[in-house]
Amino acid sequence: MDKEHYYKIQESRHGKDRQALFHRACVGIAGLGGLGSHVAVMLARLGVGTLVLADFDIVDETNIHRQHYDLADIGKPKTQALHDQLMRINPYAEYRLFQEKIVPGNVQKIFEGCTVVCEAFDRADQKAMLAETVLCTMPNTFLVGGNGMADTKSANLMHVQRAMKRYYVCGDGVSDVADSCLFAPRVTLCAAMQATQIMRLLLNEETI
Amino acid sequence: MKVNGKIISLEKPVSLHEFLEGLGYTVSHVAVEKNGDIIPRAQFSAVMLNDEDSLEIVCFVGGG
Repeated sequence: MDKEHYYKIQESRHGKDRQALFHRACVGIAGLGGLGSHVAVMLARLGVGTLVLADFDIVDETNIHRQHYDLADIGKPKTQALHDQLMRINPYAEYRLFQEKIVPGNVQKIFEGCTVVCEAFDRADQKAMLAETVLCTMPNTFLVGGNGMADTKSANLMHVQRAMKRYYVCGDGVSDVADSCLFAPRVTLCAAMQATQIMRLLLNEETI
Repeated sequence: MKVNGKIISLEKPVSLHEFLEGLGYTVSHVAVEKNGDIIPRAQFSAVMLNDEDSLEIVCFVGGG
C-alpha cells in the first residue's frame, strides 16, 4: 500500500483533523517491555508521525508472556524486534531507535522534540528517575507513566490520575511485582490507558 | 499542610527528606511536587516544609 493511500485510510478512520495532529506528533517511549511495546504498537496504528523507542535490553524467554514480541524475537534487541513489527503495521512513520540505558544524562538528548514521553520502565527507582528528569529538565513535555499493574485484581481498580500538571499516572498505584506476578491482560490494560492519555494529549485534551 | 489532597498538620518544620521517611516512603521510589514545582531528589534534604505547603507525592511500585 503506498503512502498516500495509507494516509487516506487513516484519515477516513480517525478524521482528517485528528490525523493531522497525530501525524505531526513526536512521542518518546522509555522502556520497551510489557508497557512500552504495546504502547508503541497502538501509537503506530494511530499514525503518530515520529516515535522514539529507547531500551537497552534484548528480548528473552521471560518476556513473551506479556510483551509484544514472539518466540522468533528472542535474542534480538527490543528496539530492533519492535521496529520490525512497527514497519509491518505502519511503514510510513519515522522511528528513532536508541539501544542504550536511559540515565539522567541522556534523557534530554534521546527524547528531544517529544511532546509526550511515555514512562514504561519496570523498576520503581527507574520510574522515579525518569519522572524527576523529564519534569525538571523538559519544561514543555508531558509524561505519561504506569504505576501498579501486577496481580490479577479487577480491571476496575485501574485508573488514570493527573498526579502533577504535566504528569499522568496510569494503574492501580499499589500492585507491586515484588508481591505478586505480572499478567498480560492487566499490563496491556495499563499500556492501553497510557496510550489513550497520550492520544488525548496529542489532540490537546489535557483532562483525564 | 496538604498532602495528596488531604490536610495534615505539621507540628514542627522538617525537611522534605525527613517528612517522607517519617511517612515510611522509600525516598528513591517517589516523585514529589511542592506547590506546583517538581523537587529534584538531590534537594530533598535541603527543602524545608511548612504548614502552608501543598505536596503531591507519587510512590512507585515495580512492574511494567
